[in-house]
Amino acid sequence: MTMDKHDHYYHRDDLGRFGEIGNNVGPLAEKFFAWYGAVFTDGALSAREKSLIALAVAHAVQCPYCIDSYTRDALEKGSDLDQMTEAVHVAAAIRGGASLVHGVQMRNTTDKIGM
Amino acid sequence: MPRHLPTLQERRSPLASASTQLDRLHALALPRELDACLAEAGHHPLRAEGVKVLQLNLGKRCNQTCRHCHVDAGPDRTEVMAHEVVVRCLELLDRSAIATVDITGGAPELHPEFRWIVEQVHRRGRHVMDRCNLTILETRPYRDLPQFFADHDVEVVCSLPHYRGPSTDAQRGDGVFASSLRALRRLNEVGYGQGDPKRRLVLVSNPVGAFLPASQRSIEAEWKRELRRLHGIEFDALFCITNMPISRYLEWLESKGNLASYMDRLVTAFNPAAVEGVMCRTTLSVGWDGTLYDCDFNQMLELPITTHRRTIHDVDLDALAGRAIAVDRHCFGCTAGAGSSCGGATA
Repeated sequence: MTMDKHDHYYHRDDLGRFGEIGNNVGPLAEKFFAWYGAVFTDGALSAREKSLIALAVAHAVQCPYCIDSYTRDALEKGSDLDQMTEAVHVAAAIRGGASLVHGVQMRNTTDKIGM
Repeated sequence: MPRHLPTLQERRSPLASASTQLDRLHALALPRELDACLAEAGHHPLRAEGVKVLQLNLGKRCNQTCRHCHVDAGPDRTEVMAHEVVVRCLELLDRSAIATVDITGGAPELHPEFRWIVEQVHRRGRHVMDRCNLTILETRPYRDLPQFFADHDVEVVCSLPHYRGPSTDAQRGDGVFASSLRALRRLNEVGYGQGDPKRRLVLVSNPVGAFLPASQRSIEAEWKRELRRLHGIEFDALFCITNMPISRYLEWLESKGNLASYMDRLVTAFNPAAVEGVMCRTTLSVGWDGTLYDCDFNQMLELPITTHRRTIHDVDLDALAGRAIAVDRHCFGCTAGAGSSCGGATA
């Protein structure tokens, strides 16, 4: 397949083709999709809470497919935009904090080699 | 008070016409047709089981103009059920065992004979449901309705898209959420929402956008917890219903370029298990002019019942049982996901 300048690595329609991952090593895909479906059912956490976690993680891993999917899913599970935005802030806080806390490693190194 | 958007009719929009709405739906390429889906569910043709609910649409006048309204209701609408039609409906109750009368509109409370109608149905020992937009209870002539409802054992079925404000106001108008909370508190004060079957308070949530509703089983407990925590409000049950792709919601879908994808979503989410409980199978819906329909959505699309006698003036109850339901593409709204009806999910 050739690519021109209008091609992108991410295509919206590809999300609907997710199941094709089962075309090879099908039994593993079957296990994955069965487990995936079970993960998101109501349990100790509600399906709505799980959907918000998924939305936050989608932003943390910056997967455009997941962001599309879990924006819709969070709305369909009964969340509103304020709640979803707070979830994204949680993801951002952890990402930002993860960078900042490594500043301690920077300080340790500076202490060791600095004067 | 909530701001008012003009109705489709007031704007002379082509979508004010039922046939134009159906044309727009028929122009879409859908992944499957309804007939094939109903056949898969073992319900082709879709047939009624009888009449358990008599739904009266008292008219299209409303104090709100919600963006998703399937009636195109609003303050400018003048259609109102005539006294003679109401009398025929009461006569139908007298010669039948129909247990429930579901009163809707518009804002049905604006009908000049609303209280008399409720009294007459209650006197006949039938259960009355009032589909209430809540804000009408905050307007001066109707502020005493909560006590009136309580005195007549009326089940109050109220629209509230979300237990938080922004979504509600986006769909139903600025200030509607705050006004709705005040009305709910006054319903609570006269005994509604406390588990008393004669003071049953139901909330109806529908999506604020082009997506399917949440599972009412999954979120009802959270709604109860959050409405109590945030606003000190109690209610008995939550219905989650799907927006029908007709009237003002159809216009909104088109304006946002969402119509094709929304219909695709409804079709791909077709759930055979949801068909059994769709409301049209047990409902007779009476229009403001006395015409008979299988449901309120068919009423707005001017698709009357399929039997020979199609008005309240010559209704034949025996012929209604087992009648073939008039269906079209909008019906995918009631069969998607967990299903949708005036009583919430069907599956």
